[in-house]
Amino acid sequence: MSDMPVSNKVREVVEESEEVRTVFFERGVPGAIPGQFIMVWLPGVDEKPLALSYLNGEAAVTVQRRGKFTEEIFKLKKGDYVGVRGPYGNGFDVVGEKPCIIAGGIGIAPLAPLAEKIAKKKPIIIIGASSKEKLIFRKRMERVGRVVYATDDGSVGRKGFATDLLEEVIGEVDVVYGCGPERMLKKVFEICRKSKVECQLSLERYMHCGFGVCGSCAVDGYRVCADGPVFSSKELSKMTEFGEFARLKDGKKVSLEEYYKWRE
Amino acid sequence: MRNPTVLSSGFLGVNVEMLKRVVEEGAGAVTFKSIGPRVRGGHRNPTVLAYEWGMINAVGLPSPGYRDMEGELARMKEVKAPVFVSIYGASAEEFREVAEAVARYKPAAIELNISCPNTKAEGMIFGCSEKLSAEVVSAVKDVAGGVPVMPKLTPQALNIAGVAKACEEAGADAVSAINTVGPGMLINIEARKPVLGYKRGGISGPAIRPIAVRCVYDIYEAVEIPIIGIGGVTEGRDAIEMMQAGATAVGIGSGVYYRGIDVFRKVCEEMKVWMEENGYGSVRELVGVAHE
Repeated sequence: MSDMPVSNKVREVVEESEEVRTVFFERGVPGAIPGQFIMVWLPGVDEKPLALSYLNGEAAVTVQRRGKFTEEIFKLKKGDYVGVRGPYGNGFDVVGEKPCIIAGGIGIAPLAPLAEKIAKKKPIIIIGASSKEKLIFRKRMERVGRVVYATDDGSVGRKGFATDLLEEVIGEVDVVYGCGPERMLKKVFEICRKSKVECQLSLERYMHCGFGVCGSCAVDGYRVCADGPVFSSKELSKMTEFGEFARLKDGKKVSLEEYYKWRE
Repeated sequence: MRNPTVLSSGFLGVNVEMLKRVVEEGAGAVTFKSIGPRVRGGHRNPTVLAYEWGMINAVGLPSPGYRDMEGELARMKEVKAPVFVSIYGASAEEFREVAEAVARYKPAAIELNISCPNTKAEGMIFGCSEKLSAEVVSAVKDVAGGVPVMPKLTPQALNIAGVAKACEEAGADAVSAINTVGPGMLINIEARKPVLGYKRGGISGPAIRPIAVRCVYDIYEAVEIPIIGIGGVTEGRDAIEMMQAGATAVGIGSGVYYRGIDVFRKVCEEMKVWMEENGYGSVRELVGVAHE
C-alpha cells in the first residue's frame, strides 16, 4: 500500500466563471466514482482535498477562489506539475428511481458527474447561487436533467433559496443528493426527513491524511474522509455536530460560521 | 482492559465520540491525541502519507490547548474503556501545567509525549536524555494526584532502556515505546521538493516493527513497570511478538491505515486463534516469554 502524491500535469484550465476554474489533469484517477475526492498537492504550497468534477478516464477539480491555496490553483497553467493522491471517500450510492440533485454554489462540483451518471433517470437538478454570474455547469446540467435555479438576487430562476425549490418538488422524488454550504444541507436533511425521503449529503471538513487515520475531519465519531464525505440520512440523524460545529486545523471545535470565516 | 490493544496517540483521538467509536471497533483502551499548553496549529499539508513500507508524518502536534479541551476531557467517562491522555510541553514546567489540568478529569493514565520528532523546541530533547526525561516525569508526578504517569519513549535515544530506567526511578508508573523513528524524508523528484510540508517526518508502520520490538525487549530487561509496546503492529502475530518482547499491552496506530478502523478487533481475534493453537490461556502468559 502506498498513498503518496503522484506527479500529474495540468492538461487544461477552464474558466467557468470569474471566481471558478476547472483544472483538468493529463492522467485520470482510475476507479473513481462520483462524490469521491482527491488530495491535490501544490509543491511548496499546501495540499487540500478537492472533489472530482470530471471522471471516467479524465480527472478534474473545480475550484472557487477563496484563500491562499485556491489563489495558487488559479495560477496553474498547462504543463504544470501537481501531486495527486486518491481517490478517497465513499462517493454517492446510486439508489432510487426519481432522484433529485441539489447544489449550493461550488457544491455542484461533485454532483455534476453524478448527474451525468444517472441521466437516464432524468434527475431534477436544483442549483442555487448568489447571482447569475456565479452559476456554473449550466449547459452541462441542462443536458442531463430538468434544471431549476434559485438566486439570491433573482437574476436567474427563483429569487430565494434552493431549499425553497426542494420543498416544492420533494413529493415527486425518492432520493435527494446534495452538496453545498452546511446550513443549506441541514435544511435539505430536515425537508427530506419530514417527507421521509432518503438523502445523501456530501460534507466538508479540514483534512490532514484523507484516508481515515488522523481524525482531523471528525464529525462526532465519523471521519468525513473515510466514512464520508457522503453521508446517508441515517448517519446524519446520529450526528450532533452536523450543521452546527466543525474543527479548525488545531482541532478546536467552533461554530460553522467561525469555521467558514477561518477557511476564507 | 478487556483486551491488550490500545489506540496510540496521534490517531483519531480528537474527541470523545471518536474514542467511543474506536472502542466499538474493538480497542481495549484509547488515547486522546496530544494536548499542549496552548493553541498550536501544526504543520502545513501534506502531513500524513504512506510509502511502500510504512507511514511518514509531520502533523506537528496541532492542539487547541488544554483549556479548550476541557469540555471533551470532562466527558471522558462516557467511553467504556480506559482513556489515556497524551500531553506535551516545551519544558518540564509546561508538562506540569498541562498535567495538572488533565489529571482533574482522572484519565486511566497521562502519557507524556517526550519524544515527538516533528517539533523543534518541544518534546524531542527530553526523550533523548535520561536526566531530562526523569525531570519531566517528576514534575508531572507532583501534580498527577495519583493518576498513573507514562512517558512515551523515543528510539532516537542512545540507550532507550537507560531512559526507561531513569523514568521508573523518577516515579513513572508505565512506559510506552516507541514513538516514530527518524525523522525521515521523501522527495517528489518531478517537483524536486520534499513531499511533507514540514519536509521531515516520523516513520511508523511495518517498517519500524523490528526497531520497536528490540526497544521493548531492551526496556523489559531494565525495568519492572509495564510497557505498552508500539510500532508497526498490524496483525495478531505482531501483537504476540511485541508481548513476547515484554509488552503488557500493544499500541496500534498505523494499523488503522493498513487494516481499517476495526484493526483492533481483527488483531484480537487473530491473537485468540494463535493462543488457542499454541496452548495459551491468557495474554498475561505471553509477556516477556522471549527472554526465558
